[in-house]
Amino acid sequence: MSNTTWADGPLVQLTLVRFREFWREPEAIFWVFVFPVLLAAGLGLAFRNRPPDVLKVAAVTPELARSLRQEKLLDVERLSAPAAEEALRTGKVALLAAPGPGGAVVYRYDDTNPEGRTARMLADRAIERAAGRADPVASSDRLMREPGSRYIDFLLPGLLGMNLMGSAIWGMGFAIVDARRKKLMKRLVATPMPRHYYLLSFVLARLLLLVVEVGVLLGFGAWVFQVPVRGSIPDLAVLCVLGSLAFSALGLLIASRAKTIEAASGLMNTAMMPMWIVSGVFFSAQRFPGVLQPMIRALPLTAVIDALRANMLQGANLAQVAPQLGVLGAWLVVCFTLALKLFRWR
Amino acid sequence: MSEIALRAALRVRNLRKAYKDVVAVDGVDLEMRLGECFGLLGPNGAGKTTTIEICEGLTAADSGEVEVLGMRWNAHAKELRQRLGIQLQETQLSEKLTVMETVRLFRSFFRHGPEVAEVIALVQLDEKRKSRVGGLSGGQKQRLALACALVGDPDFLFLDEPTTGLDPQARRQLWDLIEQFKLAGRTILMTTHYMDEAERLCDRVAIMDHGKVIALGTPRELIASIGAEHLVEFSAGGAVQALDVSALRRIEGVREVRAENGSVRMQVTELHQAVPALLDELSRQGVPLTELRTHSASLEDVFVTLTGRHLRDE
Repeated sequence: MSNTTWADGPLVQLTLVRFREFWREPEAIFWVFVFPVLLAAGLGLAFRNRPPDVLKVAAVTPELARSLRQEKLLDVERLSAPAAEEALRTGKVALLAAPGPGGAVVYRYDDTNPEGRTARMLADRAIERAAGRADPVASSDRLMREPGSRYIDFLLPGLLGMNLMGSAIWGMGFAIVDARRKKLMKRLVATPMPRHYYLLSFVLARLLLLVVEVGVLLGFGAWVFQVPVRGSIPDLAVLCVLGSLAFSALGLLIASRAKTIEAASGLMNTAMMPMWIVSGVFFSAQRFPGVLQPMIRALPLTAVIDALRANMLQGANLAQVAPQLGVLGAWLVVCFTLALKLFRWR
Repeated sequence: MSEIALRAALRVRNLRKAYKDVVAVDGVDLEMRLGECFGLLGPNGAGKTTTIEICEGLTAADSGEVEVLGMRWNAHAKELRQRLGIQLQETQLSEKLTVMETVRLFRSFFRHGPEVAEVIALVQLDEKRKSRVGGLSGGQKQRLALACALVGDPDFLFLDEPTTGLDPQARRQLWDLIEQFKLAGRTILMTTHYMDEAERLCDRVAIMDHGKVIALGTPRELIASIGAEHLVEFSAGGAVQALDVSALRRIEGVREVRAENGSVRMQVTELHQAVPALLDELSRQGVPLTELRTHSASLEDVFVTLTGRHLRDE
């Protein structure tokens, strides 16, 4: 007993166990840290904003070709009439410009194809201007390609919310049911261990891992895609902690009685699957019919994601996301109370 | 707590526990002295584990009284937990932790107790202290479970089937450890369905069957109670039906004869007189002997005599 330190306390030891069990499970590391980053990278690349496309068009005469080349957004090719026909038919060009009777111009294109319609507008403008038309109203363009309004900006808070939910529910659910199944929980109850320490160790471990988990994903988003965090970081931290606690309580409730991993997995998927779909991880929850909206808004994942988006993209403070905070608080209190009532130690 | 109350390590009175479809414990009374090693012996399903778990405060009894170290679970649970060392049947400790991490975790729950390294040395796992629990053999896991029961320097040790499923060498190693605890004066309550284990380790045993204690005493007393020191078993092939069993009963020193499934089992006091007489009688009856075995009476024989069943049959 001579060299007892603070680290020998039961709460510290229990929390250390949680960490060790997590770090020594390579799959857990992958799903919690690597998978969300891969998902963000993949979707961010797939839906990145491309530079405006240059449209390919064909001109049958040199005069037409010259006029069309005035337009920077058109890539003009001078072709013979049959070659131009062939190019149009096979989709190599979006539009064919040919001389018509009496100095007119004939545009041939597929009007159901947006590229064709755009090419028609651009080509016509170029030819009319070349022929001497002056625009009655002067206009100029100012281009907007700012971080904050792209798909990746929408996606990242969604992935963050999804990750908060997954790691809390899986982390809580599997570990507790596994300990119950292996009778390890019963063995712990046979010691003088204060029972609330056991549950508290899960919460502590979760909150500490949360720092890494959120940091990795936000850091990745900021570094690779310049995803902004416009709200205050402490507010964001409050949202993440509250979200994680609410999901942990849900996980605890799910794990409160289940005796097998299979039963627990089924329950966890049943709880999470609908939220993955309706809570607006990958696309806006607004797309679902209006009658469903109140229900969707009451889900914890919707609340977390909405609040995270408001913080990160619109710079909202906590007061502005009060409804979402209320939803999360309600889930936390209700699930935790129920879980404590239902919880079985063996 | 008075000294008198403390002298009894365990008092169980009229304990009953029923599950949905079965009465697991049906009116059990037990009393253990401090420093005693007591065994609950019986086949699987006899109610041993339910009884020990009620004593450990893990299962609530339907009725009856339990007093451990002079204390009751409803009043002194916290104090009791500090003073008991418990090893459960079939606990799987976390496979991803090392031996040392596991012992350290359990040690952290107790106010007093030996150093982690000391406990690990006690159960001879020094060399394995940095190994993951998942990589340990069955015997090593069982010794680790024992270490987790010992971290609080318990006054009272509960061991539920400590050697079940182990190979003979690992069992013997565990027996040596338990014998050391006995020498150190610890009170031990253990369950087992191995007769040899109970005979070797326990000062007294209670034989349980169908939730009741059917015999109680030292192994020696119980064996003596069947009134025979030796058992003779023989087979006579198909001829056993023709055998005149009553003639065997008349042989000097034979206490009881039981014929079953082509073999005959006799309880005998004087082996050296009974066996030659048996052989004479069989050749007189013209019954060919296909197998003959004798052994000293054991707790197994006590169980068979009391219930007509073998322990291992269950």
